[in-house]
Amino acid sequence: MTARTAVIQRPSLLRRMTAENSTLRRLDGLMLVAVAGLCVIGTLLVWSSTRTWAPGSTGLVKKHLLNEVIGVVLCAVVTTVDHRAMRAYAPLVFLVSLVGLGLVLTPLGATINGSHSWILLGGGFAVQPSEFAKVGLVLVIAMLLAQPAEGSDRPRGLDVVLAILAASVTMGLVMLQPDLGTAMVLAVITASALILGGVRKRVIALLAAVTAAGVFAVFAFEMLEPYQVARFTAFVDPSVDPRGVGYNSTQSLIAIGSGQLLGKGLLGGGQTTGRFVPEQHTDFIFTVAGEEFGFLGSVTVVLLLGVVLVRGLKIARRCEDRFGTLVAGTIVCWFGFQTFINVGMTIGIMPITGLPLPFVSYGGTATFANLIAIGLLQAIKLRGQSFN
Amino acid sequence: MMRMRARLLVLQVLVLALLVLLTVRLWQVQVVRGHEFVTRATETRTRTVIVPAVRGQILDSSGRPLVRNKTALVVSVDRAMLVRMPDGGVKVLRKLSAVLGRPVSDLQQRITPCGPGVGKPCWTGSPYQPVPLDEKVDPRKALQILERQEEFPGVTAEIHSVRQYPGGRAGAQMLGYLQPVTEQELEQREGLKASFSGVDLAGRDGLEYVYDDALRGKAGRRTVQVDRMGKALGVEHQVAPVAGDHLVTSIDSRIQAVTERALTKAMKSAPSADGGAAVVLDARTGRVVALASAPSYDPEIWAGGISARGYQWLLSEKSGKPLVSRAINGQFAPGSTFKISSVAAMLRAGYPLNGNYPCPGSVNVGGRAFNNFRGIPLGTLSLHTALVKSCDTIFYKAAYEQYLKDGGRHPKKPPKEVFANMARAFGFGRPTGVDLPGESAGRIPDRAWKKDLWNRTSAVSCERSRKGYPEVKDRARAEFLKRLALENCTEGFLLRPGDSANFSIGQGDVLVTPMQLARAYLALVSDGKLRSPRIAWAQVRPDGKVVRTFPVPVVGKLPISEKERLYIKNALSQVAADGTAAGAFAGFPMDKVRVGGKTGTAEVWGKKDTSWFASFAPTKNPQYVVVAMVSQGGMGSQTAAPAVREIYEGIYGIKRPAAVPGGKLVTKLPTFRPDGTVAPG
Repeated sequence: MTARTAVIQRPSLLRRMTAENSTLRRLDGLMLVAVAGLCVIGTLLVWSSTRTWAPGSTGLVKKHLLNEVIGVVLCAVVTTVDHRAMRAYAPLVFLVSLVGLGLVLTPLGATINGSHSWILLGGGFAVQPSEFAKVGLVLVIAMLLAQPAEGSDRPRGLDVVLAILAASVTMGLVMLQPDLGTAMVLAVITASALILGGVRKRVIALLAAVTAAGVFAVFAFEMLEPYQVARFTAFVDPSVDPRGVGYNSTQSLIAIGSGQLLGKGLLGGGQTTGRFVPEQHTDFIFTVAGEEFGFLGSVTVVLLLGVVLVRGLKIARRCEDRFGTLVAGTIVCWFGFQTFINVGMTIGIMPITGLPLPFVSYGGTATFANLIAIGLLQAIKLRGQSFN
Repeated sequence: MMRMRARLLVLQVLVLALLVLLTVRLWQVQVVRGHEFVTRATETRTRTVIVPAVRGQILDSSGRPLVRNKTALVVSVDRAMLVRMPDGGVKVLRKLSAVLGRPVSDLQQRITPCGPGVGKPCWTGSPYQPVPLDEKVDPRKALQILERQEEFPGVTAEIHSVRQYPGGRAGAQMLGYLQPVTEQELEQREGLKASFSGVDLAGRDGLEYVYDDALRGKAGRRTVQVDRMGKALGVEHQVAPVAGDHLVTSIDSRIQAVTERALTKAMKSAPSADGGAAVVLDARTGRVVALASAPSYDPEIWAGGISARGYQWLLSEKSGKPLVSRAINGQFAPGSTFKISSVAAMLRAGYPLNGNYPCPGSVNVGGRAFNNFRGIPLGTLSLHTALVKSCDTIFYKAAYEQYLKDGGRHPKKPPKEVFANMARAFGFGRPTGVDLPGESAGRIPDRAWKKDLWNRTSAVSCERSRKGYPEVKDRARAEFLKRLALENCTEGFLLRPGDSANFSIGQGDVLVTPMQLARAYLALVSDGKLRSPRIAWAQVRPDGKVVRTFPVPVVGKLPISEKERLYIKNALSQVAADGTAAGAFAGFPMDKVRVGGKTGTAEVWGKKDTSWFASFAPTKNPQYVVVAMVSQGGMGSQTAAPAVREIYEGIYGIKRPAAVPGGKLVTKLPTFRPDGTVAPG
């Protein structure tokens, strides 16, 4: 026996990694390639749009690269975790993100760009707990809705109520910052989880009606900051104030449109160099892609994001447990919403909302959260489906 | 799980639909409407700054500058930059006002763009163009600004070129001046908007105005890329300015100087003189050699923008309105200088060239006695002597006879009007067409003019004939005026016998400009052809290439035979030697340079006489036609003739060095070196 045992040698690491059913082979390679492509493009665009801050500088490129490296490590770590085990951690992750959101409201919080959304860590680093809150909410709602009622494939009523409660608390804290954009993403995450989770259509209709009433109340009782109202007004009619609120949408249209079919080349965008579009390394980074890489480049970005979404949906469909399917589906809705709103606002079909473009925009916490979400998707792919 | 998968499928369709929507919209924005946004991007991203072209020089016939450029330190302010400062740039302007020694309010007004409610001195140029605030900055002050740039953000001191006049006041009205273009002009003159900035100036009078297009050159444009804050990032595109062409004139600056001096002296010699002009033409070409008008002014007053007070002074009675060129705008009765036309008219009317004509002290014209000068009878004269001695009665009689022939008070239709038509043939009554703006036409008071005048004035004179002149204290005068008003009312449309008599000796309502008289004499003494005098001779590119030369157009021919023309010229040749100007030319070496001409003393009601002398020299094959006029200067022989004598003395070097060697004019264009400077000799 011992002699036999000695004969069976363990395959080499390379062999193991490339074997037919190895972990590496079973990862969703296409999605990872797409994400990598988006990260590379994002790095180039951050370079192009921030190098002008000081003569001879490389802007925020180095920091952005560091963020991406950390994000990739986080992604890899999350990939190794069985998502079913994550169900157990979900409440903890959620509570930690709530604490983070709470801390923002204490004197530890800091205001950057008009949003009180940050906790400064020193050394020029800061975290934005609201980005982590997206992950936390995805997990906790999926956990609650994944356990169907006896003899049914619909979630239990109590769980639905708990899910809505969790979402309301998170969104409430985010609105206190105030960060309307993130709150909307959280709402989309909640809504998509409820719909995918199999909540009855009439319940969904009721919730939609309540939300609509709430939104109406917000407008009617002037609970929004004036700039937020102004953004919607400017979206409806950008000529209202072309120098003020409408300025952003006008300038981003000009930047993207002037890229034409082939673009002006990396670093060749005059609008980018002149920094006519505000926040062009974060929320408006798509304008840099549009100007410097043209229609071909900006469509490539959209396509790569589309690959991530479609592959994510495939993972959700193939997953055999409810939790995995819900997490994957909710993440796709999160990314899909953010992509559509972000690109849409730069080309004038969506109102201006402070949301970053996933994997492309500069921003540490957002990069971490996005890559953690990719890790979740990969983990679900690895373990959520039978091998045939 | 089935329900979940179904909903995921719906989600997939939704995702794909949104991706398609984004792609379609991107296609629309970037490909379909791409060029539209390229245009808008260029508009927002770039600012065009106009680089002014160096204006061409105005040169005399030998290439000496009459108007040239000198470099000056110009302090300019970038208004766009000041506006963005928290205090609107008030602090910077305050500091600048301390350095330049000018009030802040003045500086502020100068950089404010012109518009409704914003009057001069406001800024007419582009808001992105630096506004020049001071064009005559002491280099030390400019250095203060340049060395402490951090204290003067948005303020620059640059070298610009500004006009300089080596001749000082000489020919100021002829040369003209420059002023910033007004918004109105930009609208009116097509193409101006593209090539003009507020830094650029446009010619406003004289040669600067007439040859503005040639002199101006083409402004360059520098397209500067700017960022959101308007900070220049770099030059995107540059078109170098094309320097303006030089204008070579036929003016001889030496003769111009002589002429100015003679005119100034003549003005001083006549205590009441209030204006004068002297015209020197080249009798062989019809070009203008010198053109002076008094009083004159220093054109440097325009540099750096004229002050409101300076401008008012130029237009005021006190300064004698030095902007007005008496040479082309001074309209005066020509007196006896006009007789060249009247003699020619007599010949056309059939009076014999070699006839003898009695010159009594007085003749009866329509019941009124018209007298010779001081009523002195001169016996029986030939036309030659009539001109030399300036007999008036011969012309009165002839003019009255022609008047009667035309039907007198009941004119035939059409009347022949021999005297008026001959005056027209000599070029009177219409602008000479000299290359200067705003020339006056003068006036020939024929029957049509009388009628036209009556149409315009009869209502007033008829009322006066009834009501009289109660405001006039002198009762005899008031009575006279009332009678005059009655006459004007009832028969003012009629040419009276006296009108025709006065006209024949250049008195009464006839008006001519010195330029008109000069070209009439030029036609008479050269070849009988009437020309439109020219000051411009050639347009020369900065590299020395002649772009074009300006010919002297022939615009008419005197309707007299060569024999008659030479007869009259011959008679005039004796005036300075033996005739009415003999006194003024006493001691002049007629054997060296024989001067011919005609004096004129024109009466002006309520003022001193206008003094004229129209001349030419040498009498054989004349080179020069010189006309001098001094308003309120007295008799022609007293003031104008001595001035003309002095001009000839200067030209030919009598009792002094000659202005031009041998009295000969330059006949060849100056040669330019490729760098644009004038080659000597």
